[in-house]
Amino acid sequence: MKPRDKQMTIDEVVGRLKSGMTIGIGGWGPRRKPMALVRAILRSDLTDLTIVSWGGADVGLLADAGKIKRLVYAFVSLDSIPLEPLFARARQDATIPEVCEWDEGMFFTGLKAASERLPFLPMRAGLGSDVLVNNPDITTITSPYGDGETFVAVPALKLDAALVHLNRADAHGNATYLGPDPYFDDLFAMAADEVYVSCEQVVDTAGLTLDTPVQRLLLSRMLVTGVVETPNGAHFTTCTPDYERDEKFQRHYATSAADPEAWSAFKQRFLSGNEAAYQAAVAAFAEEQA
Amino acid sequence: MNDITRAEVCATAVADAFKDDGEIFGSPMGIMPMLGVRLAKLTSNPDLVISDGESLFLAGVPPLFAKAEVVEGWIPFRRVFDVVAHGRRHVMMGATQIDRHGNQNISAIGDFARPKRQLLGSRGAPGNTVNNRTSYWVPRHSPRVFVERVDVVTGVGPRLAKEAGPAASTYNDIHRIVTDLAVLDVGGPDDTVRLLSTHPGVSVEEVRAATGFEVHVPTDVTTTREPTPGELMLIREVLDPRGLRTKEVST
Repeated sequence: MKPRDKQMTIDEVVGRLKSGMTIGIGGWGPRRKPMALVRAILRSDLTDLTIVSWGGADVGLLADAGKIKRLVYAFVSLDSIPLEPLFARARQDATIPEVCEWDEGMFFTGLKAASERLPFLPMRAGLGSDVLVNNPDITTITSPYGDGETFVAVPALKLDAALVHLNRADAHGNATYLGPDPYFDDLFAMAADEVYVSCEQVVDTAGLTLDTPVQRLLLSRMLVTGVVETPNGAHFTTCTPDYERDEKFQRHYATSAADPEAWSAFKQRFLSGNEAAYQAAVAAFAEEQA
Repeated sequence: MNDITRAEVCATAVADAFKDDGEIFGSPMGIMPMLGVRLAKLTSNPDLVISDGESLFLAGVPPLFAKAEVVEGWIPFRRVFDVVAHGRRHVMMGATQIDRHGNQNISAIGDFARPKRQLLGSRGAPGNTVNNRTSYWVPRHSPRVFVERVDVVTGVGPRLAKEAGPAASTYNDIHRIVTDLAVLDVGGPDDTVRLLSTHPGVSVEEVRAATGFEVHVPTDVTTTREPTPGELMLIREVLDPRGLRTKEVST
């Protein structure tokens, strides 16, 4: 007997999320982000979300759409454009009710703690910095051993749901990354109660390792709740080697976001329809720019 | 080989910050730090381990933003965190603000709750500064950057590290602050920023005027050395033939 088929549609994934949930978004900054799922959240009625992300445009878009009640991040950046314009505006207008800015290594440790079902893990990062001032709920712990040193007790970043985007997956939830970096998608998955994997392509299980080393199998199906095939679904972030970041589109995004009128036009053109409409609009944009 | 530019002096000053590091991960953020680290690897410290800034350790020393021919390791982000905690790393970060006690800010300008200007976020600065050697690169030395007190402490200077206890101070090692005007460190009285050298053509008074706090000026401030003809050749012909360095420091 084969394990069960977990394929679902984008809307089915988002239909399983609830307002008020804590949602972790995989990838890193402007790299391999589950943008098709993020775009579907933008279209949904979901609200009051806690978003946990090494942020890129995912955070900017969700903040701009008023979806975020609480944001846990260490940075929000588009890399080739250092400052995410929508996130910057949300911060400067104080429209995100709760902001938890952590060190990016603390973020890793918080996910590890959650994945190991621990309430916290100790580390040095944060000591002496304003991370501890601006997150007064994060406290320290003194080593019970002879050294008696005091470390940050990084709280577990427990997630209700994780959204990640991989290059290939099978229908059961096994998934591979084919690019340079796994990022932390497996940790997001282990820190979460429910895990939704979008991917460029759903293939047979055997196809996952046909021309790909087994070490690239990042996610085991035992971690995964649902699988959805979303070609170009990380756009406009990287999904190496399927595609690189769409720098022209990203520039258009950032330029539009800086101006309210241009931003309305951008949303109207790219974000007012479903994922198929988005991809069609992106294809038309690419043709214009060619 | 005359007409040495300020950018080229900065590149060698960055390289000199890495010359005594031995076999550790030289981890530059931005163009000038990357140029300097690669220059160090080709000159003073061939044992330095360098990356493509993405996920690969490079065996060779390619020009800025070129692909490496030979790779010697894998350094995805999660392993960077491992190396940070292990300590065998020297990072050179940027800094939107640095204060008298060598604290750095890349998070936000103004009140954190509602910043006048949101910046990148803390990134890895809090962890870097209590785990591995950390230097800063400042392309425009000005009173806006060098402030009495940073608005948000992301990178931890030695005094705050000591106040936080030995877990923070044991590996706190703020090594150099290289700017377009000077080279500084945090060896001043009470762990404050100290001027080490001014770049050729820059006076101590200019540095004082461009610093928004009372910078410690010892009696033995020197002039930052100029690159050798060999270093100039490496900077101009090998590492940065496109002249990206002048985007950061144009004078």
